[in-house]
Amino acid sequence: MAGYKIYLTVWGVLLVLTAVTVAVSFLNLGLWNATVALSIASLKAALVALYFMHLRHEIKLVLGFAIFPFLILGLIIVGTLIDALYR
Amino acid sequence: MASKHADHKGAPVAARLGIWAFLATELLLFGGLFTAYAEFRLAHPDLFHQEHLKLNRLLGALNTVLLLTSSLTMAVGIAAIRQGRQRVLKVCLALTLALAGGFLFIKYLEWSEDFSHGLFPASNLFFGLYFMMTGLHGIHVLVGMAVMVWLLVRARQGAFSPDYSTPVEITDLYWHFVDLVWIYLFPLLYLVG
Repeated sequence: MAGYKIYLTVWGVLLVLTAVTVAVSFLNLGLWNATVALSIASLKAALVALYFMHLRHEIKLVLGFAIFPFLILGLIIVGTLIDALYR
Repeated sequence: MASKHADHKGAPVAARLGIWAFLATELLLFGGLFTAYAEFRLAHPDLFHQEHLKLNRLLGALNTVLLLTSSLTMAVGIAAIRQGRQRVLKVCLALTLALAGGFLFIKYLEWSEDFSHGLFPASNLFFGLYFMMTGLHGIHVLVGMAVMVWLLVRARQGAFSPDYSTPVEITDLYWHFVDLVWIYLFPLLYLVG
């Protein structure tokens, strides 16, 4: 059973974070709403990637394969937004 | 009983690299839509705010819970087959399928409600993105379910063991990725619009 316990804990934290992000969305915080929602989403994504997808125990080569596409996505989004904001 | 280290054999490196390379293309497929979302939201903040209020926040949250739970059942299934527990794997695969089915059913209810209120992909920019993103994500859930039916058939034939669990491990990573996409879709579409 020991192997399942860590997954149950992570799942519990994910549900709590979901409840928090829904609760915060009913408050009017202006720009902070999006910041809080995206921060919580990223925290949840990190938990899923590290624990459920086993990246915690992954070798460096596979880690590189997992992280590199995020740099490309970052380039696309930042590049597009810079163009949109300063056109 | 195998030693602690032998339990974590998992899939071979080549298979893990393969699925992560595939997930990279998936990330950029959804990434294009996320980029479009960011661009249009900056250009039309009022439209996005006003339109996102038309979505059912509680159904979206319920679907988030369903998908997170299906990730849990998948992760437990992997831990089980790594210890050779075939019965637990079969139960977990069946539970994951049921949760995925529940997710799609709620999605169906939501879309029906949207349509009955005259909200279609062509209604405005926000709903165009909403239908496109949740639709593409829904197709990924369907594909995941199809693969899991196959896994369940193979598991019933006793195909998987601690020495050979690659197909389950690979599907597991794909399934968590589908969950990851929803983790971002939910706040962006339902919560902050």
